Amino acid sequence: MKVRVKFSKTGNMKFVGHLDVMRYFQKVNRRAGIDIAYSGGFSPHQIMSFASPLGLGLTSEGEYLDMELNSSGTSAMMMERMNAVMAEGFEVTGFRKLPDTAKTAMSIVAAADYQMTLKEAYQTLLPDQWQLEQFFSQESICVTKKTKKSEKEMDIRPLIYGWRPAENGFWVRLASGSSDNLKPQLLLEALFRYWKSEFLPYAFAVHRLELYADIGTEEQPEFLPLGEMGEEIL
Amino acid sequence: MRKLALSDEILLGVQSPARYIGGEINSVMKDPDKVKTRFVISFADTYEVGMSHLGIQILYDMFNKREDVWCERVYSPWLDLDRILREKKIPLFTLESQRPVKEADFLGITLQYEMCYTNILQILDLSQIPLLASERGEDCPIVIGGGPCTYNPEPIADFFDMFYIGEGEVQYDRLIDLYQENQARGGSRLEFLEQAARIPGIYVPAFYDVAYYDDGTIRSMTPNRPQIPEKVVKQLVVDMDDAGYIEKPLVPFLKIIQDRVVLEIQRGCIRGCRFCQAGMVYRPVRERSLEKLKIYAENILKNTGQDEISLSSLSSSDYSCLKELVYFLIDHFGEKDVNISLPSLRIDAFSLDVMSRVQDVKKSSLTFAPEAGTQRMRNVINKGLTETDILEGAAKAFQGGWNKVKLYFMLGLPSETREDMEGIAALANEVAKVYYDTVPKEKRQGKVQVTVSTSFFIPKPFTPFQWAPMFTAEEYLDRAHIVNDSMKNQLNHKSLRYNWHEADVSVLEGVLARGDRRISRVILDAYRRGCMFDSWSECFDNEKWMEAFRAQNVDIAFYNQRERSLDEILPWDFIDTGVTKDFLKREWKRAMEETVSPNCRVQCQGCGVKKFGGGVCFEGQSEIQ
Repeated sequence: MKVRVKFSKTGNMKFVGHLDVMRYFQKVNRRAGIDIAYSGGFSPHQIMSFASPLGLGLTSEGEYLDMELNSSGTSAMMMERMNAVMAEGFEVTGFRKLPDTAKTAMSIVAAADYQMTLKEAYQTLLPDQWQLEQFFSQESICVTKKTKKSEKEMDIRPLIYGWRPAENGFWVRLASGSSDNLKPQLLLEALFRYWKSEFLPYAFAVHRLELYADIGTEEQPEFLPLGEMGEEIL
Repeated sequence: MRKLALSDEILLGVQSPARYIGGEINSVMKDPDKVKTRFVISFADTYEVGMSHLGIQILYDMFNKREDVWCERVYSPWLDLDRILREKKIPLFTLESQRPVKEADFLGITLQYEMCYTNILQILDLSQIPLLASERGEDCPIVIGGGPCTYNPEPIADFFDMFYIGEGEVQYDRLIDLYQENQARGGSRLEFLEQAARIPGIYVPAFYDVAYYDDGTIRSMTPNRPQIPEKVVKQLVVDMDDAGYIEKPLVPFLKIIQDRVVLEIQRGCIRGCRFCQAGMVYRPVRERSLEKLKIYAENILKNTGQDEISLSSLSSSDYSCLKELVYFLIDHFGEKDVNISLPSLRIDAFSLDVMSRVQDVKKSSLTFAPEAGTQRMRNVINKGLTETDILEGAAKAFQGGWNKVKLYFMLGLPSETREDMEGIAALANEVAKVYYDTVPKEKRQGKVQVTVSTSFFIPKPFTPFQWAPMFTAEEYLDRAHIVNDSMKNQLNHKSLRYNWHEADVSVLEGVLARGDRRISRVILDAYRRGCMFDSWSECFDNEKWMEAFRAQNVDIAFYNQRERSLDEILPWDFIDTGVTKDFLKREWKRAMEETVSPNCRVQCQGCGVKKFGGGVCFEGQSEIQ
């Protein structure tokens, strides 16, 4: 059976990279005695996949992991079992059964919400007027995206689905997924450039709030949190 | 949330920041105000190397079982963070409390190989603790060394307040009790050291004076104050089942070098290979019982969630219940997709059966360690493996589907001739030939691949070869070239691959292994010139080391190229490992006569360790009486 696990990654765990998080959950499953299915062959591995890698240095309360299980207890029981063997900074906050035909979180993730909060030490280093209104109302926001091989100009404005000011920072909804993807760091770089100020990569604490699938139409997107798909196991 | 010692800016600017945050599964947090003694344990290399070491895990568990002690860890920060800590004058901190190392009562450093010596200085330096023991005040932790390199602690004697000679399980409780009593009494650091030096196994270098003859050899080594023992006796656990085992090994977030749980099945080795220090100093062999091991295996797998378990010992094939243990592991954990890894196993029908069940035959390779190329040379080093053993093992393996073989040898062994060097290539060729003779053409999966690796032999203290001369780097490379040329002349040369070790590192390791107290200042000088992470080829800088030797006026040849006379006082003679010098001399002579000595189970060689009252020395005795 397919299940989707929601978890948070906070505090010092932001220094643990994505590959290590994957290995961490494999061990969590073994310690918690989760009856996970294994692939065949000489080096069998647990059948699991993560919705979207979280960059080093970011925290999140909206991470998702899909697993294939042979058997399962109730959602509450499974969450309790996993949380009993967690390291400080990781917490399972949801556990739902998915229909057998469900696509993986990784393949359907379309958007992510982020909370950007200015760190105290940087308060004097930033411009007094953030001009967020003006920044986000630009018709296009061009950035240079560096990949391993090349640099290319791209307009990130269409990838920003929403924003609003918040205490000491702002909230954004950004495209996230295999086709359209905007990393929060790239948005911040653009903001600093708009300010004509030197980029301070660690000025904002970046916290991921939620990941969504798009269940709407091409004209009218409708974002549904990945954790609202499927059902509780009672 | 634990507050980290380093800021986000620093951590996100260095490689693998998870090295420095602690918080791993099974790490132990305590309230510093509620413990009496804080013991920081360290491995002077990177996190990934240090975390792979079993000994630290055992001690961490042992110390933390005491409610009044908090044991924390620290490893060498990598070069990127090292630079930042120096620039910003941030004191080195422990992973658990993230507080400065210098606040602790003890800093224990395990000494697993000589090439980590400059990193000991790095850890002290970054901790803002004076590098020389003589310059440390009441506000400094007691710096204590342990592990295999303490069997000659003299080259690093200046940097340590004390060394613990032997297995940690035995005397640490007593040492900590003594420390707490001294503290309660308001006693000084010196008073503690004086009392500690009377605990068996504790060596306080400052309490001994060394005098030299004009030719540089040692005239005497004598205690310089009353009630300090002349000999320091190695401490060992007599009955391994009394020692218990780690229940909850640490589980790192990062992928470390040995990313698996380790089950220590026995200590010591019965084989008596004459080059092997571990085989001598960890005598006698003491096994853990099968029943206990089954429980330990269950515990460590359940409490870590690791998917691989590795058996640890110097020679697993000699563990008397190996079959039962391995089949138990396969039956109980194989279904749960736990991988079982079996290093140091003799290749025979049993081990091939086990390996075919737990590994992918096509991908894995088989390893043999003949150590020398001819039977004559193998007799000299007392390596019991014969050419027939190797070729028959290889034939069985090839029939079982393997087609990759690794062969390990040493070059520069005492009495080595050209024939012995060429014998390495000839033996590799024979192994390849066995493949073509035993596997019919239609069943072959490509060519056989025989990979030969040689390291340069380094004589170690407390081995029968401790008196043997070494060679210069040029001579070592000449020997490697002889092997290489000979490889090219073999019939099956296309199936053979050869690689050899760096010679410069071996020369240096030789000096550090058998050096005396005068080497401390060379190490200090090399460190000041920037030497660090010497076991990392990208960091090792031989030229800086050579400058340090020249600046300190220390001659490498004196330590390496000289054959020591049998009556010379060796720097490590003050340690009593249980193995007598008479036995080592006897074995040295037998080596030169090319005579093998049977292993402990076949016939006792009277090495002296029977006095400890346990292990293989007493096996089967009760039945006879």
